[in-house]
Parts: sequence; structure tokens; C-alpha cells
Amino acid sequence: MAIALALVLVVIGSILFHLFSPWWWTPIASNWRYIDDTIIVTFWITGAVFAAVVLFMAYCVFRFRHHPGRRAAYEPENKKLETWLTVITTIGVAALLAPGLFVWNQFITVPEDATDVEVVGQQWQWSFRLPGADRRLGKSDIRAISADNPLGLVTDDPAGTDDIVIQGGELHLPLDKPVKVLLRSTDVVHDFFVPEFRAKMDLVPGQISYFWLVPTRTGTFEILCAELCGIGHALMRGSVVVENEADHQAWLQEQSRLKLARLPAAQE
Amino acid sequence: MVDVPLDTFGGLPPPEVPDVDLYHPKSWVTKYVFSQDAKVIAIQYSATAMSIGLLALVLSWLMRLQLGFPSIFSFIDATAYYQFVTMHGMMMVVYVLTALFLGGFGNYLIPLMVGARDMVFPYANMLSYWLYLLAVVILLASFFVPGGPTGAGWTLYPPQAILSGTPGRDWGIMLMLISLIIFIIGFTMGGLNYVVTVLQARARGMTLMRMPLTVWGIFTASFMALLAFPALLVGAVMMLFDRLLGTSFFMPSLVEMGEHLSYGGGSPILFQHLFWFFGHPEVYIVALPAFGIVSDLISVHARKNIFGYRMMVWAILAIGALSFVVWAHHMYVSGMNPYFGFFFATSTLIIAVPTAIKIYNWVLTLWRGNIRLTLPMLFALAFIVTFINGGLTGLFLGNVVVDVPLSDTMFVVAHFHMVMGVAPVLAIFGAIYHWYPKVTGRMLDETLGRIHFWITFLGAYLIFFPMHYLGLMGVPRRYHEMGEMAFVPQSAQTLNAFITVMALIVGTAQMVFFFNVVWSYFKGKPAGHNPWEAASLEWQTPETPPPHGNWGRELPVVYRWAYDYSVPGAASDFVPQNQPVASRPASDEDR
Repeated sequence: MAIALALVLVVIGSILFHLFSPWWWTPIASNWRYIDDTIIVTFWITGAVFAAVVLFMAYCVFRFRHHPGRRAAYEPENKKLETWLTVITTIGVAALLAPGLFVWNQFITVPEDATDVEVVGQQWQWSFRLPGADRRLGKSDIRAISADNPLGLVTDDPAGTDDIVIQGGELHLPLDKPVKVLLRSTDVVHDFFVPEFRAKMDLVPGQISYFWLVPTRTGTFEILCAELCGIGHALMRGSVVVENEADHQAWLQEQSRLKLARLPAAQE
Repeated sequence: MVDVPLDTFGGLPPPEVPDVDLYHPKSWVTKYVFSQDAKVIAIQYSATAMSIGLLALVLSWLMRLQLGFPSIFSFIDATAYYQFVTMHGMMMVVYVLTALFLGGFGNYLIPLMVGARDMVFPYANMLSYWLYLLAVVILLASFFVPGGPTGAGWTLYPPQAILSGTPGRDWGIMLMLISLIIFIIGFTMGGLNYVVTVLQARARGMTLMRMPLTVWGIFTASFMALLAFPALLVGAVMMLFDRLLGTSFFMPSLVEMGEHLSYGGGSPILFQHLFWFFGHPEVYIVALPAFGIVSDLISVHARKNIFGYRMMVWAILAIGALSFVVWAHHMYVSGMNPYFGFFFATSTLIIAVPTAIKIYNWVLTLWRGNIRLTLPMLFALAFIVTFINGGLTGLFLGNVVVDVPLSDTMFVVAHFHMVMGVAPVLAIFGAIYHWYPKVTGRMLDETLGRIHFWITFLGAYLIFFPMHYLGLMGVPRRYHEMGEMAFVPQSAQTLNAFITVMALIVGTAQMVFFFNVVWSYFKGKPAGHNPWEAASLEWQTPETPPPHGNWGRELPVVYRWAYDYSVPGAASDFVPQNQPVASRPASDEDR
């Protein structure tokens, strides 16, 4: 009978661990609260199914354990029961899928007014590029990469002349403004992951991928690489600072000033 | 056409051509080494796979030591860690689980369970094993070459797999790819055998819908493997070309450490599609044999027919077919066209329905059974719990947007270890405790088995259940150390240390199992022909262990399905498949 008891304990232990363990997600800092909600719904539905099935098993093991002289029932099939179970499962699965697809549609539909921000990955550091006053990012080309032009900007694209490039520094984003994050890599596949934003996406060499978000909380958050990219993978970190509009404008001004200050040096 | 004389079996031709020459082995070498007997090949496959499994277990210990107690073990640096991760993953998925289920159980059980004398192509079957062994040797050789084995992760994603930022870039990756290519060639020989044997060599009366679910599971998995492995084969060949000949199948223009490489125009995502077109069916190639085996263990030891047999067969086939259209759910955040997400999330969640049906039917088989809590039954129950847990977390990861925060975190690691690591291994243990008496003629020791069971079941659950929550926090997988992560509390390191200690304990418990397997071979309780009073055909052999040819002078004739347990009115609580139906000719109506 130990096994029946063990099954009950597995259920109770799992539920208690879920409810009372100190390990839970970090507070969200983006608009993707829907994702959290969908996870919660999924926890409820799957948790209920897990508890129900395992407890039923425990009951069966206890109630129908072997006795000398007992015979098991003979029931090859039960069409009605099987149909019902299939229908109920289908409904449950649809209940999980529908909100998932609904939120996914939002996830891939970028708002018109989102600001483009570029994240470039290379072994093993993050670089960023923000548009200047024209709100547009200039073109880039991997073949243009050189020591002076680490992100491979196309120099004759006028849209790129006022772009702000940040290498080895922090990415700053304004609070409550939608941002479209454009992702590219110069070498291998990386993944831009800020746990507080919930969103993540791979950076793939040879193409530009994207996701969007609205930062909803000020603070400094850690950027991790979430796709194995070689021996420095775990050390490929960065920071993103979410700040209010005034601070953000001040920061942008400062970056533009620094860029101008650097220019003559680069031309010599 | 030859006139066939009517015989006692209602007008059917005689069971086999008389004086059939079975080509019995004539020397020790052809009997035990270069054997063409499926049962010997099965044991060769199993022994090799379990040895690799032991090595993979040690690798997992080394990883866990590093994660649980970072920077104490100075020899486990990032390079070594990634090599361990990669080799552990690839070994377990391909060289252990696939080889054990199909090459091991498939070879042993298919001919016996369908009433055949052997596989239909014994010579190809033998080659299959020796190619597998060659693949294993090449894989292991990568530990001894300059630079060591590849550390690209078992997914081997290019470009990093063949660039210098990844360990084992010089030799390791090439040996890995060559080993996989040879494995696939070898497997194809075996896989064709399993499929054709099931289709062509069944005993008379063994209709498809009378086959035990174990055979259905292995048969479907073999069929899937024949379709899925070629995708990996071409992926491996193309990557080998990229690495050796400078082609650019998977390599776009890129700059490595400031230097422009000569690649250009290839697509890294193409490899991911090829890999997962193999990789996802692979999950079910491991799971379906486990499903079948567990169905049979539950039925035999609950003394009750498997509930909803026909539904179970259709569920296996549905899962097998659907598993070919869900692969990109591994790639939701890969940068592929995001509209794929709608399709793959839907197909992925649809596959949950036939899977759930299987779980219901196992549990309903227990209902009103007469459950003998033998070791195989305990492992089968543990399988169900573990599999439900891992299957349900699959509903998180399959549901596209929910996958976004969880993808590439420890949640994924916990999920797939539950569902295709621990669960299939529990099924394998259950199967070994169940069929060992047929293979050796002796029972495995009960006390040692129970020690092994309790530590393995509860220990593995304690390892992997809490691990989900590390991933929920955002701890990425494939980090050799968490380092400073502002969003992770200090206590997470305590959890990591706990998981490591549990992993060491559970791993050690496996030594009890290996000892038991060896010890019982010599000292185990004699088992007799049918210690579990099972109805399926493999327990009705005239000799135990069955000799070459399995059935002595005459092939068995099958009169009923494999699940006639506790039939009302029958004298005993099981009726063997080859027991004639009283006073009626055999027909498909009798099950």
C-alpha cells in the first residue's frame, strides 16, 4: 500500500511546493501580463488534471489491490465513456489553446507607433542602436563590418547618420512607450532575454528577427543570452534601463553629444 | 498456385514449409558474437546501450556537481561543461533510448510476441548492431581527440557548432556527425526489419488487431524512425560539408572575432527545421514503445484486459502521424516566420488529445482490476505519474505564447527530462523486471528491486519537479554557472545543491539495479515459463529462455487477443493467446 500513499503524497507535495516555495517568477516589467495570466490558467487546469488522475490512480491501487480469489472485471471497451473523455479533453485543450493563440496574435502584431531599437549580438557581448531625430534606423550590412564600423552600418544611408550606437553599454528604453526590438547577429545564434519583460527572441545571423513590448516599470534589468552561443554563453550579459520620458530624452541627448565628440577622431 | 490441402485449422495452409532450415549457428562466434538471432542481437544492443547510459549518467553527475556547487570542481570549466551537456544529451536520446527501445526490446519482443521464428532479415539485423557499435565507438573516440568532443549542445545548431567559439570544433563535431550518420544507416537496417517482420512474419491468427500494444508501439516507432532519421542524416551530411568543404548550407555571411569568413547565403534556421523534423518524432519514437510496454505491464499485473484496446491502437497511430507536423514548436522563438506559431501550437495541442486518451485508458485498466503490486507494476505506475507530469508541462511549452518566457530555461530541461528522460527509463526498468525471467529463466531479486524502485521514482521526481520553478524564475538552461543574476534569489542556489545531491543518490541507486541484473543471472530464483501468468505469446514458448528459432518444431497459432484476463467463465484468470477457442473455429470475432 506504500505506493498508494506515495501517489497521494506526490500530489499533495507538488501542490504545497507550488503554493509555498519561495521560487516564483520575477515581477513583470512589460505589457505582457497576458502571458503571465495564460501561465496561471495553464497551471490551474494542468494542476487539477494532475491531481485528479493521480489521486484516482491511488484510489484504484488501494481499492483494487490483489486478493486471493478475487477476479478483475472484464470490460474490453466502453464506447460512451471513451467518447465522453475524448470530448472533455478536447474542450480542455481548446480552452488552453484559445487564449494562447489570442495573445500570440498580439505578440506578433507590432503597434504602428512603436520605436525601432536594434539589438546586435556577437560572441559574447550585446550592442544596441537607437534611431536619432528622424526616428529611423539606417541600413546595415554584415559585409561592412570593420574595426571602425563594428555593427556594419551602411555609411551612405542618410537615415543612419544620426543613429546612436552603444557598444558595451546599457540600453535605455522609455517607460510606457511601445518598442519594436529588431534583432540581428554577426556570428552565431543568440537570444535576447530579459526575464522581467517575459519576451525573448533569437538573434539569427543572416536575418532580422523582432518582437515588441511596452516597458511598464522603471529600473535596471539584466539581459541574458538564452541560446547556446559558445563557451562565453553564460557570461554574455547586458543591462537595459527603463526610465521616464524626460530622463530618456536627456540620455539620448548625451549619447548624441558623445557621438559628435567622437567623430573628428574617427575621421583622422 | 499450388493446391493447398485443407487441414484442421479450417482450410488454412500448414503453418510453415516443412524441413525449414533455420541456419542454426555452428560456432561460438556465430552464436554469441556475430549472431543473427534477434534475441542475441537484442541483448547486444541492450548491453551496449546500458553501458552508454551509465557513462551518460556519470556525465550528468559532473554537470550537476558544477551546477550545485559551482567553482568547487575546477576541472569542470565552461568548455568541459558544454561537452558534458552535449554528450549526455545525444547519448541518452539517440544511443541509449532509441537503441534500447527499438534495437533492444524491438529485437527481443517483436518475433516472440507476433509468433515469428526470427526477424525477416537476420543478416541485416546483425549488421545493424555492428554499425551501431561502430557509431558508439566513434562517438566515444571524440573524448580522446585534440579539443575533445563537441560542446555545441545536443541540438548542434550551426553556425556555432562549427565555429571556433565552441569546444570540439576541430574533431569533436566531425566525429559526432559521422557517428550519427553511421547510426542512422545501422538503424535503417534494423528498423526495416522490425517493420517488415510485424507486417509479414506474424503467426497464423495473429491479426494486426490482436497484437500486444508493445508490438504496436515499437512497430509505429520504427516506422516513424525510418521517416524521421533521414532528415537528421541530410542535416548531418550538409553540416559536415559546411565544416569540411566550405559549403554554406547553414552558414550565412558572418564575422567571427572580427574576421570575415568565406561563408555566405546559407540559413541557420534551415538546420533547425531539419533537426526538429527528426527531433520531434524522436520524442515519440522513444515514447510510443514506452506507451506500449506500460500498457502491457498494467494489463498483465492488474489481471485485466487493457481498457479500450482499439482506441489505444488508433491513439498510437494518431500520435505517430501528428508528431510529424509539430516540429516547429521547438522553434517558437527561433526567429522563424511568427505566423507558423498558430499552426504549430494548434497541432501540438491536438496531439494532447490522443495522448490523454492513453493515460485515461491505463488508469481505467486499473479500475476494478486485481492489482498485483509487482515490480513491473510499480514501475508502470511510476511511469504514468511521471509521464502525466511531463506531458502537462508540455501544454505550457506547446502553447506558443506561454513558451516565450519559458523557452530555453530550466523549465524546458525539467519538462523533457520528466517526459522523455525519466518516464521512458521507468518504462524500461519495468520492462526489464517483467521480461528478465523470459530472457534468463530467473527472476530479478525483489528486495533489491524495491530499493531501486523507491529511490528512482521519488528521487527523480524530487530532482525534476522543483527544477521547473528555476525556469519559471528565468534561469536559462546551458549555463555552466548562474553567476550573479539580480532576479534570482540566493535560495535558488540551495535548490540547485539539493537537486545535485538527489541526482547523486538516484544515480547511485542505479548501481543496485546493475548489480541485481548480474547477480540474479546466476543466483536468481528460477522463473519457470510464465511467472506472471501472462497471456501474450512470448510467455508460451516451449523453452525458457527460448532457443534460436523460438518455437521448437511448430509455430504457434493464435486464437485470441493478448488480453484475455479474468474472462468470465474461464478456468484460470488468464487465457494464453494460443489456446484454442473451445468447439469453435478461430475467427476474427473472438478476441
